[in-house]
Formats: sequence, C-alpha cells, structure tokens
Amino acid sequence: MKGVVTSISGATVTIDLRGLRLYDRVYIGHARLSGEVVHLEKDHTTVQVFEDTHGLSIGEPAEGTQAPLTVTLGPGLLGGVFDGLQRPLPALQQKSGAFIRNCGTIPSLDLQRSWPFTPSKEVGAVLAVGDIYGVVTEGHIEHPLFARCAGKIEHIHSGPIRLNEPLVTLQGGEQLFGFQDWSVRRPRPGGEKCPAEVPLITGQRCIDFLFPMVKGAVAIIPGGFGTGKTVLEQSIAKFTDIDVVVYVGCGERGNEMAGLLSEFDELRDAAGQPLLERTIIIANTSNMPVAARESSIFTAVTMAEYYRDMGYDVLFLADSLSRWAEALREISAALEEIPGEDGYPTYLSSRLAGFIERSGVVKTATGKLGSLSMILAVSPPGADFSEPVTQACLRAAGAFYQLDTSLAHSRHFPAINWNHSYSLFSKECTAYFSREIDVQWPTLHHRCRDILQQESALREVVEVVGMEGLQDRDQLLMSAAERIRRDFLCQNSFTADAFSSPQQTAQRIAAIIADYDQAVQRLEEGELLTDILQGGNNAPG
Amino acid sequence: MRLAEHCYRSIDAIRGPLVFVERVFEARIGETVTLLAPNGQRLEGEVLKIDTKQVLIQVFGETSGLDLEKTSVTFHDTVKRAPLSRHCLGRIFNGSFEPLDGAPMYIPERWEAVSGAPINPVARAYPREMIETGITAIDGLNSLIKGQKLPIFSSAGLPAQQLVAQILSQARLPGTGEFVVVFVALGLHFNEFNFFRNTLEQMPNRFVAFFNLAGEPVVERLLAPRLGLTVAEDLAFNHQMDVLVIISDMTNYCDALREISTSREELPGRRGYPGYMYSDLASLYERAGRLHDRPGSVTMLPVLTMPEDDITHPIPDLTGYITEGQIVLSREMHQKGIFPPIDVLPCLSRLMQHGIGANQTRADHRDIANQLYQNYAKGRELRKLATVVGTDGLLEEDRKFLHMADEFERRFVHQGEERRDILQTLDLGLELLNEYKRGTP
Repeated sequence: MKGVVTSISGATVTIDLRGLRLYDRVYIGHARLSGEVVHLEKDHTTVQVFEDTHGLSIGEPAEGTQAPLTVTLGPGLLGGVFDGLQRPLPALQQKSGAFIRNCGTIPSLDLQRSWPFTPSKEVGAVLAVGDIYGVVTEGHIEHPLFARCAGKIEHIHSGPIRLNEPLVTLQGGEQLFGFQDWSVRRPRPGGEKCPAEVPLITGQRCIDFLFPMVKGAVAIIPGGFGTGKTVLEQSIAKFTDIDVVVYVGCGERGNEMAGLLSEFDELRDAAGQPLLERTIIIANTSNMPVAARESSIFTAVTMAEYYRDMGYDVLFLADSLSRWAEALREISAALEEIPGEDGYPTYLSSRLAGFIERSGVVKTATGKLGSLSMILAVSPPGADFSEPVTQACLRAAGAFYQLDTSLAHSRHFPAINWNHSYSLFSKECTAYFSREIDVQWPTLHHRCRDILQQESALREVVEVVGMEGLQDRDQLLMSAAERIRRDFLCQNSFTADAFSSPQQTAQRIAAIIADYDQAVQRLEEGELLTDILQGGNNAPG
Repeated sequence: MRLAEHCYRSIDAIRGPLVFVERVFEARIGETVTLLAPNGQRLEGEVLKIDTKQVLIQVFGETSGLDLEKTSVTFHDTVKRAPLSRHCLGRIFNGSFEPLDGAPMYIPERWEAVSGAPINPVARAYPREMIETGITAIDGLNSLIKGQKLPIFSSAGLPAQQLVAQILSQARLPGTGEFVVVFVALGLHFNEFNFFRNTLEQMPNRFVAFFNLAGEPVVERLLAPRLGLTVAEDLAFNHQMDVLVIISDMTNYCDALREISTSREELPGRRGYPGYMYSDLASLYERAGRLHDRPGSVTMLPVLTMPEDDITHPIPDLTGYITEGQIVLSREMHQKGIFPPIDVLPCLSRLMQHGIGANQTRADHRDIANQLYQNYAKGRELRKLATVVGTDGLLEEDRKFLHMADEFERRFVHQGEERRDILQTLDLGLELLNEYKRGTP
C-alpha cells in the first residue's frame, strides 16, 4: 500500500493512504522512517513517527504494512540492549557510529548466532498449537519453543542452529523457526491467573522487612528528583532473587544507562553469571524520539511476558513511568485531543491500568507458575504526589514506596518514607518469613513499626518542648528509633551492604530491639539515663 | 530532493516571530530559509510545520520590517547547520553565528546540523574523572565529573555569575588540566555580558562564546545553545578536547520557548510552558557526555534562575529530572555573607560516587562527605527547633550539632575568592569532623 505525505508537524505526519487499521506500522518518506497509525479519518490518516523527521517533505512516499508494531521474541533477548522499537543498540552503533542516525532496518535478534537446540518431539509426532517441540539453552535459561501452528512433524532439527534456519518442517511444508513476532500492544495470553503469595526478596531492608512485595505484584516508587529512584531501581535490578530482569530506561539519562551497562557487565549474580545475562535492557533516553519512548514500555513488557510464559519469575523495572505519561501527553497534544487533568489525555488512567494488569502470576501451559512483577518509578513534578500519574498508579499498585525529599537531603538512602509508604502484602509475607526465616519476624515487624510510629508522634512533642522536656523513657525510644533509621533503614548501595539477606535483616533488627529492651530495663532498675545512652552509643552498629 | 533554492513572495500571515507562506513546493521540516525585507534587511528562519496549504516558518531575528507583499522567502533545501573549525577558538559570535569581535569569519572545515543526533547509550563511556573546580562545597560534597551535566540553580540577585567566573578561572581537569570553554549567553544584560567577556579574555584561545543579549531576538535564544553544543561536540569528539559548556541563563531559554509556543497557538502546559519542554530541554542537556571509542568530553554547567526562588517551578523541576544533580544557591546564605552561597542540602551530584575515592581523590572522601552531610542536616533541623524552644531547651549533644552547622557554613562553604584543591578541601572537612568529635563547645 503506497501513498504520499500530505502534512508534517514535528513527529506527527498525515498521509493520504486509506484502508489502514489503527496502530498499523507505516514507513514514511525516502528515509523509511517508521511510524504508527494513531488517527483514522475518511480522507487521511495520521501517523506518529518514531524517528526524527528533520528533512522530511510533503509529497514523499508513505507505505502501509497492514501489520502492527511488533517485537521479535526468541533466544538472544537476554543480555540484549535495545531501543524503544527493539532495535539492538550495539548493532546500531556498528552501523551508524556513536551517534544514532537513521540507517534502515536492523534485525532485532542476531540471526547468525548459533544456539544449542534439543528437540523434545520426534518425526511423525503431531503438534498442537502451543505445544513445546524443543528447548534452546540460553545462558542459564532453558528456553522452550512453542509451536505456532498445528501439524505432523516431517523433519525436526537437532544440535546447534541459527535463528534463520527452520527447526521443524510440518507436513504440507509449513516451517517453524526459533523466533516469533508479537504485537506490542496486545497482552500475551499467558494462562490462568493465580494469586501472588511468594515474597520477592529485593535485599533492601526497608522493603523486605517493612513493606514487602510479592512475586507477580506491582509496586510504585514516586519521588522528586534527587531522591534516589534510579539508584533504588538499579539496586533492585542487581540483587533481587529472580530469573529474568527487564529494565526500561524510559526517557531517562544517557549516562545512567551507560553506568548500568558497565556495572551489569562486571557484576555477577549468585550463580556467578554476569548480571547482564539475565537482563534485558531497553534504553530510550530522554533525547531519543518521543513516540519511541511511548512504545518502549510496551515493547519491554511484551518481552517480559514472553519469559513469564515459559514459567520463569520475571521482574519488570521502569524508570520512569512519568516520562512515558509525558510522551503520551506530547503525542496527544500534537493530535489536538481535548486535554484532561494537567494536560494529560483523559485515557491516561485506563491505559495505565491496562498496562499494569499485564503483571501477575500465571499458570503456564506446562503447569509451571510464571510471574511478572513490576516496580515502577514515578517522577511527580515538584514532588507533588497529588498529580495525575502518581494517583493513577496508586489505584492499580499493591505497594507504594514514597521517596522523601528531606530524607534524601540528609543522605538517608533509600529515602523511603516509612510513615506514608504501604504494602498490601504484609500479611502473606510476614507469614512466609516467620515460617522460612525466623519465627520472631512478625513480632519484630510489629515492634519496629511501633517504635517508628511512636517516634513520629514524639517528634511533634519535641518540636514544642525540646528533647530535654521528654521523659527518660521517651528519650530512650527516640534513640532506638534513631538507631533503626541509621543502622537498619539506611543502606548504602555502593558498599557491601547493598544486599541484605532476610536472615541478616532479621538479625540486625533483632539486635537493635534487644538493646532497646535492655536499656528500658536498666532504666527501670534505676540507672541514670545519661549512662544508658552513653552505653547505647557504643553498641556496634 | 529538489537540489535547488526556491524563492516565494506568497506570505499569508506574520505573527510575531512566525511567518506563514502559501503554495510552497516541497518544503522540508527544519529547512533553513532566508527572508529579504523591503528595506533590504536579511533574516534567517527555519520551517516548523507543513500542511497542504501553508508552511510555517520561525524567524531568527527581528521581524518588525517584514510585510506581506514585498518580502521574499528563499528556501535553501538544507537543515540549519553550523560552520565548524578549530579556528573558532578565541572568537565571539552572536546568536546567529556572526562574529562580534570585529575579525572576519573563518573558513569552515565542515558543516554539521545544529539539532545534533542522540548519543547511542551503548557508545557512552560512564563519566568517572573528577574536575577540580577549586570550590570546596562542590569538590568536597557534590563533585563535578567530566561528561556530567550539573546545573546551577540560582535566584534573582544571587552571585551565580561570579561563581561561574571563579570556576572558569580555577578549574583543573585530571591529566592535562587544560580545557576549552564554550560559553552561551542567553538574554544577558550588558553588564553581565561585559563581566563574562572580561573573564573569557583571561583565557585566550581557550573559549568560544555566543552572546545573545536581552534586547536581541528571542528566537535566537533557541538557536544559540544548539550552535554552542554543535561546536562543543566537534571540539570534543573530532579534536579530542575536554569542553566545558556554560549556558546562562536557561530561564531565558525556557521563556523564549514559551513565547514561540504561544504564538504557534499550542496548548499550554504547566505555567504556560509547552508540554514538550522536557523533551526539548533533554535535547540540549543530553548532549553532554563521553564516548568509548575516542577521547574528548562535553561537560555542561547550565545556569538558571528559579522564579520566586521556587525549586518546584517547571524550569528547575524539569531540569533537575534531566541533569545529573544540581548546585543550589540560597538567599539565606548570601545574606549571611557566605560566598559561594551554596545551600548544600538540596545539592546533589549523581555521578560523584564513581568519580571519587581511593584512586581518584582520596580513600576517605566519601566518608567525609557523608558525615558532613548527616551532621549538617541534623544541625539545620535543630536550628529550626532552637527557634521554638531556644538553645537552652536542646540537649548538650544537640548544641554541638548546632555549633558544627555554623562552623561548617562559615569555614567550609565560605571561601571567598581563594582556590582550594581537593586535598585542602578534604583536610578542612576532616578538621571540622574531628573538632566535633572532640566535643569543643
């Protein structure tokens, strides 16, 4: 289908093609810039272009593909670094140098790379749609391949194979390859959804102990700039006990992505594998085109679903969802749609809810459970949490880690505000930890929250009467709370303390609370407060 | 491709800096145009939008002499490019790349599109080398790293210019120590212009300057930073230099963006600024960086004025979300007579963690910075408390924090025009911490 460009405004282009469907992929101009249909009218079609339109002129050709924007799913995704349209950035660098320029299409997966393939069916077997016909070993992952059409196997390959060679030939000549294309905007079917119950161990004491998260759940991390969203997300990406991590740098800084790449290359996971080998990185930095930023989270979540469907635990991290929402707003404004709150389109919350609903635990075709958890950073303008994106996320998320500007200013990291954050999974997780780690866990959890809560009440008193005006007992509590904040909740991401196992977490909090109990006892036995506080300060921490 | 220039006299409307031309054959987005006014004045412009009937042009320069009938518009079939050569060093230009220093224009080696192309994230080298600015509050607590973009958030009436000038004259880079400055002045007044010109003339052949003064066309404020950054990228990545880009004042840039957006009748966002301001600012700030495959670096120090001293205003807010930290100047510190009046609490350098420590500065750098921060934050909190309950209502221990906070501001942050190298800075920090630990009142 061919037509011509009739008007251009920034990245929004109208063409005179008819018969296209919404969200069909379109190639624009002599440079074949890729775009997506966003509006259909009787006499023209509006296309949002994913690339820089500088130099584009009206009258240039436009070509419709009759197919939506897709991602290629198959072995080789792990360890990959892609942009928001799944173009592999290392290959792009080889082709266009250090700066990204338009340079035609590049296959998303390396078709020349050879993979070990073990068939699980034999010649003559009958395949149904969705059956597993073999397994490719992709790093530490056994990567099963599912049949996309039914038939009787006429020939099946065994041993090393490239992606551009057919693995299976069915009767009638139909061939099966090791990869498939999937529309990014259509959730993968997955299977029956199951309740989420197993804790996701992030190694962050504040999260694991106070506000635990479960596999398959969604947490949001809102925070103003400089409150440590990115550092927290990256720490979680590094240390969380999970099979596959999908990290989306959506409209964020280029240097941060470079830092992430070099660190992941050096760091090893518990099994001694480079972290990069269990990670897929989508990097669409803030100066890359806006429309590709909007599509980047869908590209990423489709890849995450793909590994979930194999029965793995997948963690999806997005930094930051606000940039995605802003891209949506920019596109909406360019289309002259009626704006809603703060200029965001009115479909923001429904689209966000639809996206978040792609998380969860599913029972896959093989009976294995696969999970897709999401931890989403949100950057509210002016650190004002009443803005639409934070609010829309809150309605859908199960855990909320609010990052606090004043904590960040006093270099308390992670700057999670323990009074305002919450998790809906405390009950399940506490039960799990008390069963698996330490029977004391629920008690410790309760005591710790209690001390912190009393401290915040006492703080108001201190603001009126000063510390001297407090009763001795309350001063002890304040000093215990101070220790919890400094020695337990604070965690430096750049030292060995960056990961704390649940055992270490429980030991540490137990020690602090035991000290506090002892101090209270000494006070009751008549010791002077100053002596007790002196001793408390010398305690290890 | 038309491969030819086209000339039209079919202007349909002129609205501020925007000109609408009808019946244009194959105009391109971003194409440069020249307008010739009836009085002989020549103006440059750029195509912003094209539809079947009209082409919308944004004009760089004063549109007051233009009319509908006699003005001609020439389309050049090329996007806006900057003339590049290492002979640009030591030169001063206006916001349209015309020499202001009386010398003739050099012969360019190459022309490069001013909009630039994004750096591929995998080609970026992570910034790890500290630039010693000579300012204690920056080097010690919020170190500037080669390839970083670190804005200075100032307020009206604060000496941001003096701070920038001091950094220019005192900064040393690791290794060679020499660096080149690309200075972009946006909407500055004559006094500020004069001050910076004098500062730059102290560093002959190590600067390129683009000056757009307060009375000069608004649209040039959108162009000048792109010219400056294109020159900076060329010097850094083709001539292996370490380039420090200073843009002052970004608030004028954002106001210009808002002005143009309004005349285009776009939907306004927060405080009237266009919804795409984040992406637009990112297209400037993200050009800072280093590459794996070659030496050279672009480091940015943009200066902006926070309207009403409000850090949540869209300009500082969006900037903070893109840049790798910020240096915040405070009126309170200025009134106390502290120079530079840096309020270190809201300051941050995101890249500092990897640029300091044993092999770069000193092993105890990180610890000193963290402890100073924690103690000073505590002291500042107690200062608030002391205004309510009085110093006597505080614990003995807390009075020490209070004292420490005062000493910290007076001795560590305040330094006047003196240059302190990183070791002096760290020793000073250690001295303060030790005094506090010994418990001097």
